[in-house]
Amino acid sequence: MDLRKSYFADVRKDDLHEIGQPRPRSDSPGHVTGKTAFFADRNFPGMLHLKMVRSPHHHARIRSIDTSEAEKHPGVVKILTAKDVPHNVYTILILIQIGPEDETVLADGKVRWKGEAVVAVLAETERAAQEAAAKVKVDYEVLPAVFDMEEALKPGAPLVNEYHGQNYYLYDSGECRKVRFGDVDAGFAAADHVLEQSYQSSPIEHAPTETTGCVVAPEGNDRFTCYTNTQAMFFTLDNASIILQMPGNKLHFVGGTVGGGFGGKVDVIVEPIAILGAKLTGRPVSFIYSREEEMQISSPRAAEKVVIKDGVMKDGRIVARKVTGYTDAGAYSRHSPYGAQKGAGHYPGPYTIPNVWIDTYCVYTNRTPSSAMRGFGVTIGDFALEVQMDKLARLIGMDPLEFRFINAYRDGDMKAHRQPTEGAALIECMQEASRAANWPVAEKFMAISSYVKGA
Amino acid sequence: MAIRLGRGVAAINYPTGMNLGGDPTQALVHSTPTGNFMVTLSSVDLGQGMKQIMAQICAETIGVPTDRVVVDTADTDTGPHCMGTFASRGTHRAGNAVIQAAKEARQVMLEVAAEELEVNASDLETDGQGNILVKGAPQKSISIFDVALSAHFKRGRSISGRGMFLIPRSYPEKETGAMKPSTCYAHACTVAEVEVDDETGEVTVLTVKNIFEIGRALNPKMVEQQLVGGSWMGISHALYETTEPYYPNRDHGGTDFNQYLMPGPGDLAETEIIVLERPSADGPYGAKGPGEMCANPQIPAVANAVFDAVGVRIDTLPITPERILRALKAQAAN
Repeated sequence: MDLRKSYFADVRKDDLHEIGQPRPRSDSPGHVTGKTAFFADRNFPGMLHLKMVRSPHHHARIRSIDTSEAEKHPGVVKILTAKDVPHNVYTILILIQIGPEDETVLADGKVRWKGEAVVAVLAETERAAQEAAAKVKVDYEVLPAVFDMEEALKPGAPLVNEYHGQNYYLYDSGECRKVRFGDVDAGFAAADHVLEQSYQSSPIEHAPTETTGCVVAPEGNDRFTCYTNTQAMFFTLDNASIILQMPGNKLHFVGGTVGGGFGGKVDVIVEPIAILGAKLTGRPVSFIYSREEEMQISSPRAAEKVVIKDGVMKDGRIVARKVTGYTDAGAYSRHSPYGAQKGAGHYPGPYTIPNVWIDTYCVYTNRTPSSAMRGFGVTIGDFALEVQMDKLARLIGMDPLEFRFINAYRDGDMKAHRQPTEGAALIECMQEASRAANWPVAEKFMAISSYVKGA
Repeated sequence: MAIRLGRGVAAINYPTGMNLGGDPTQALVHSTPTGNFMVTLSSVDLGQGMKQIMAQICAETIGVPTDRVVVDTADTDTGPHCMGTFASRGTHRAGNAVIQAAKEARQVMLEVAAEELEVNASDLETDGQGNILVKGAPQKSISIFDVALSAHFKRGRSISGRGMFLIPRSYPEKETGAMKPSTCYAHACTVAEVEVDDETGEVTVLTVKNIFEIGRALNPKMVEQQLVGGSWMGISHALYETTEPYYPNRDHGGTDFNQYLMPGPGDLAETEIIVLERPSADGPYGAKGPGEMCANPQIPAVANAVFDAVGVRIDTLPITPERILRALKAQAAN
């Protein structure tokens, strides 16, 4: 890695002692010698293991659940169904007033994705829990499912989630988050070329080294200590408090040393049900995802579709950009309404465009619920935007890097969401890229800066 | 049939912190009679090295070596509230809270030292090595260890401080979308070079040159580890990964690291990282959050390079050999 100190030297003081120093990490020796303690290193006498019975269907009504055979299985201590969960219907972003509550801890009457948790089995060993889970009989009536966002938005599509009442998240702005800036139709009319293209992505897995999980121990005084690898301690505690209808002062969360998150450990899935198990049995409970659960059950990055329509002039100026973004939340909200909103705040990318129209939708389908993942709301948008930029440059016969210099935002430029640009540095990154990659651009682009327009 | 070379570029920006703000983090700092300082948080270290960075920030602010600072984090009984480690917010939000707490602790420390040295606190400075000196008369000094002992056993003072950082929440205007998503943005530009085998559709990423502007590299080695790892993840996202290769048929979804396709060490490109620093107005020592951003620009840069190599656009991720071959076939048919 090279630090290029020549850029922005006039706005930066390099007079610090500890900051800017490549100090060795104090936790590295523990990590590389296997001495660091993670949550799963906690082991308590009498600890129970929790395994989930999961839906084999994408969308189905539950006619009945029969746990009688499973209860007789040797080693089984407790079996939990929806009626055992004090506040079974929840949504995690209720903490920042993004409702409605739309998801069940344990399925109640219906499953909305293949893999949804239906029954929790607590047993003396992992094996006993797994074997007993296989003996739980659930009678399903399979319902039509919808997997495609555009299909889900059509009239007459199967309704995925009754708590929403339609297959999209209803923002205060309506069926999507909107940004309106300038007159996009006038921009298209004035443009030399108009290009509309569509981009799509697949869900991907966070693939942390350490799978999601927690170990819960009763403290013996009506308090419960939850050792967890959540990425957000109080966020998880507060949601557990709501789901369990337990005052927060009964909950004690310990964590902070995590084997990789990437957004995969902020969904509050394992902790509430494990605490409930500990409360109802009076025994420590361990609930740790298998690698298969981590890859196929825990929320992936959302599948997205992004449609971009641009108006561009022969001289390289983008005069209008319309973006329609679709985020596939799967069956439940989790963090997806936030992700779609984040996209609306990100488009049209780091470029100054006078006419912008943005609609971002959070769509419900019968897919595995998606949620947070490194860059969500932006990552797929950037893929779409930057491939579109390449196409536009080639359309007008311009070098792709020079084309970006022409449109790059600079300090003071008004963004589509009506914030003036501050602290821009896109131009300098591209200047350095031009040098480092031996990708020459016209001298005038090497002379400009993010500070002053047209300098 | 041939191996074809291509080159692509992408340029991006990325917001620091929870979108629209409203995501507070607190920190507490106190000295112990050992002369060390404790930073108490409830933030989570995901492996990226948050504890180390908070120690360096506290040490810089108080004026002691980093190894004199211990970070205790993520126990809700002892640590003050943090919204969590996500949205590229850890360093920015918790770092600012630690600075505020450390400043308050430093002020008490200097006041106690001033009493011991019989000077004004405003005439004192730290040497960064564990001592407090009189400005202009460095022979008149006291160690921070002695100050900590004096404060506790003699002066009855607590060398401690409270820190809080909150970007007030922004609510988007319904019709126009006017809003403040973030207060500072990191930037990047990536150039990728690829080889595409037009017989097999296989893509080999030869080189990736990443230029990242991150405000301030608080610890350059740790910045490097995060940016290199992110760059690899971006390549993986572009070319390999999907939990549902033939959705809605779920049978092909990977269930372990043998089945879930990711690049191995031999598949990774020669990776170059160049860092620029334009300090952000509200970042701790100017730092922005590059944690998420660093995995983004490789994806379109690789996609554009594939087009440059073989002349077909793959607008659906991941860019698999199958998709490339189908596109080449369609192109030949036209």
